[in-house]
Amino acid sequence: MTTTVYVPRDSAALAVGADRVARQIAAEALARNLPVRIVRNGSRGLFWLETLVEVQTPQGRVAYGPVTRADVAGLFDAGFLGGGAHALNQGLTEEIAYLKKQERLTFARMGVTDPVSVADYEAHEGFAGLRRSLAMAPTDIVQQVLDSGLRGRGGAAFPAGIKWKTVLAAQARQKYIVCNADEGDSGTFSDRMTMEGDPLMLVEGMAIAGIATGATEGYIYVRSEYPHAIATLNEAIRNAEQAGFLGDDILGSGRSFRLIVRKAAGAYVCGEETALLESLEGRRGIVRAKPPLPALQGLFGQPTVINNVITLASVPLILARGADFYKHYGVGRSRGTLPFQLAGNIRHGGLVEKAFGLTLRELLYDFGGGSASGRPIKAVQVGGPLGAYVPESQWDLPLDYEAYAAVGAVVGHGGIVVHDDTADMSQLARYAMEFCAIESCGKCTPCRIGSTRGVEVIDKITSNQNRPQQVILLRDLCDTMLHGSLCAMGGMTPYPVLSAINHYPEDFGIEAPDRAAA
Amino acid sequence: MTETTHTAEPGIAASIAAAHKDVPGGLLPALHGIQDALGYVPPDAVPLVAEQFNLSRAEVHGVVSYYHHFRSAPAGRLLVQVCRAEACKAMGADALLAHAEQRLGCGVHGTSADGQYSLEPVFCLGLCASSPSIAINDEVHARITPALFDEIVEEARQAS
Ligand SMILES: Cc1cc2nc3c(=O)[nH]c(=O)nc-3n(C[C@H](O)[C@H](O)[C@H](O)COP(=O)(O)O)c2cc1C
Ligand code: SF4
Ligand code: FES
Repeated sequence: MTTTVYVPRDSAALAVGADRVARQIAAEALARNLPVRIVRNGSRGLFWLETLVEVQTPQGRVAYGPVTRADVAGLFDAGFLGGGAHALNQGLTEEIAYLKKQERLTFARMGVTDPVSVADYEAHEGFAGLRRSLAMAPTDIVQQVLDSGLRGRGGAAFPAGIKWKTVLAAQARQKYIVCNADEGDSGTFSDRMTMEGDPLMLVEGMAIAGIATGATEGYIYVRSEYPHAIATLNEAIRNAEQAGFLGDDILGSGRSFRLIVRKAAGAYVCGEETALLESLEGRRGIVRAKPPLPALQGLFGQPTVINNVITLASVPLILARGADFYKHYGVGRSRGTLPFQLAGNIRHGGLVEKAFGLTLRELLYDFGGGSASGRPIKAVQVGGPLGAYVPESQWDLPLDYEAYAAVGAVVGHGGIVVHDDTADMSQLARYAMEFCAIESCGKCTPCRIGSTRGVEVIDKITSNQNRPQQVILLRDLCDTMLHGSLCAMGGMTPYPVLSAINHYPEDFGIEAPDRAAA
Repeated sequence: MTETTHTAEPGIAASIAAAHKDVPGGLLPALHGIQDALGYVPPDAVPLVAEQFNLSRAEVHGVVSYYHHFRSAPAGRLLVQVCRAEACKAMGADALLAHAEQRLGCGVHGTSADGQYSLEPVFCLGLCASSPSIAINDEVHARITPALFDEIVEEARQAS
């Protein structure tokens, strides 16, 4: 009997040699005359175990990891095709605590299925949401999204249903759905995993958005740093078209929706929605002033829904199971789940999908297992390069958009970057300013000039040139950037800078934060 | 760079631009096409692209120079990108970058004297849970130590 073996094709698995492992398994199987079928699945998101090889057994899928090419012959000797004992045997995949403790709604298929197989996707609840949507009135679809409480997962947390409603109500000859797959934040990879590991979910979400708003064309703007995601998306789109889920007359419904993948060109600010539209239109990605809102005048001047990958990927399940099902997860006004991404100096880095409301401490220790270096964790940047450094005193706050906003932090796209006690927070603050200087679109002065000045001022602070005055100047500068910038690039760069100086003043050579004086 | 490839370049660039001129927002796809085919966007190609898209040369130059991805000069045979962003920093990216400069014999944004390597910073490859990470000609590698860096670079050099 043929045994099915799963070897991930996710970039993070490829980056540690998954292709070699797959080739070696095929070669060993051939040499030993054992019939094996290798499926290239997505990653389960347990990255410290990559390459995580799974074997289908009558008891379920058994995991082995981290497997290198050199381990393969030994795995065959140990009878891994039957789930045999071996030092790398992690037991049944579904029973691995890191995975079992999660609430995988959006990521339920991640690592389970063949990412580009329509049949596999459908066998795991795929296209159920689209099928239901085709039988619904557009206003009812939008209402489901509104009722689910789904807020934009790209950072700003704006209710998705409201955007959709605006586009639905707009009158135009052409409307668009644009997927923001620019995922430039350090510490985030859930968009990439979705595009590489379950791209049909994004295809389905965008098709539903099109049907709900009357848009017949969609663009996915993917960063150039993600060549595997681009290739996998294109493959998935072709397969979906062939199966009748995209294109003209979707499943005989008379509705049509076409999807185009566009490659970005390495500018962080093109993740900002209006800069992204400029870039899609073939120009420099410079931020547009709002209004007009993209929902009314977006791509090529037409009404446009712009949503993040995870926002759109959350929609199929909401339509398949209903708004109430989704809304049941979460706390306060933060409904549903978020795929948190544990990265940096963490022992068990990976993807943890949980309902809003768990704490950073739970993520860092119950899931992450503490730092990779074994040293104490000092600072955790939550929400990307524009997010605050969260000190230990705040690790017990619930991860909830409002609770984080209340302490001057952000949940953002759910990226969590861990630094141990060797980190120098003045250098990380300097880096935040430098990053803003490199990536600023240049449209407004606080961001364009302020970030360059910020680097200089931090250098003066750390080299103790007029330190007290320079600290006042830095705070002043941050205040100007915060209030005077046109977009969140300049407007949020002060978050990492101020949190670093407020919570770790000793790294800047100052004793007590001047909140004592305030 | 030989004379023959040099003389063929404008023709290739012009035909790629022509193929994209009617695509809505086709300028970036055209520039990607040119860079994929030639390894860079030659300054000579700018007026040809401008003509196809009915834009000024300044506008096309403005787009090419705005985006970090587009290069106006050819890269070395191997383009080595080292991630400089926070998650990789937390796992030693700064030291890795310094090591890369030494090993490749060029600074960041530079090309080695023998034309073998170009070194570029990159801000996140989405491998942040397996940091630090690098890419060589679009192939990604994670959990990089200096020793592993040398091994991977050598392997890529031999394969290229
Ligand atoms: C500098 C900057 C970079 C951004 N980068 C991204 C990004 O990479 N991906 C993303 O989805 N949103 C990003 N955003 C947020 C978008 O502007 C926008 O809010 C989002 O695409 C809307 O989708 P959502 O409502 O589904 O979150 C960025 C914003 C700024 C100011
Ligand atoms: S804040 Fe910075 S990135 Fe945003 S519009 Fe102003 S200059 Fe551009
Ligand atoms: S920060 Fe280096 S890969 Fe994301």
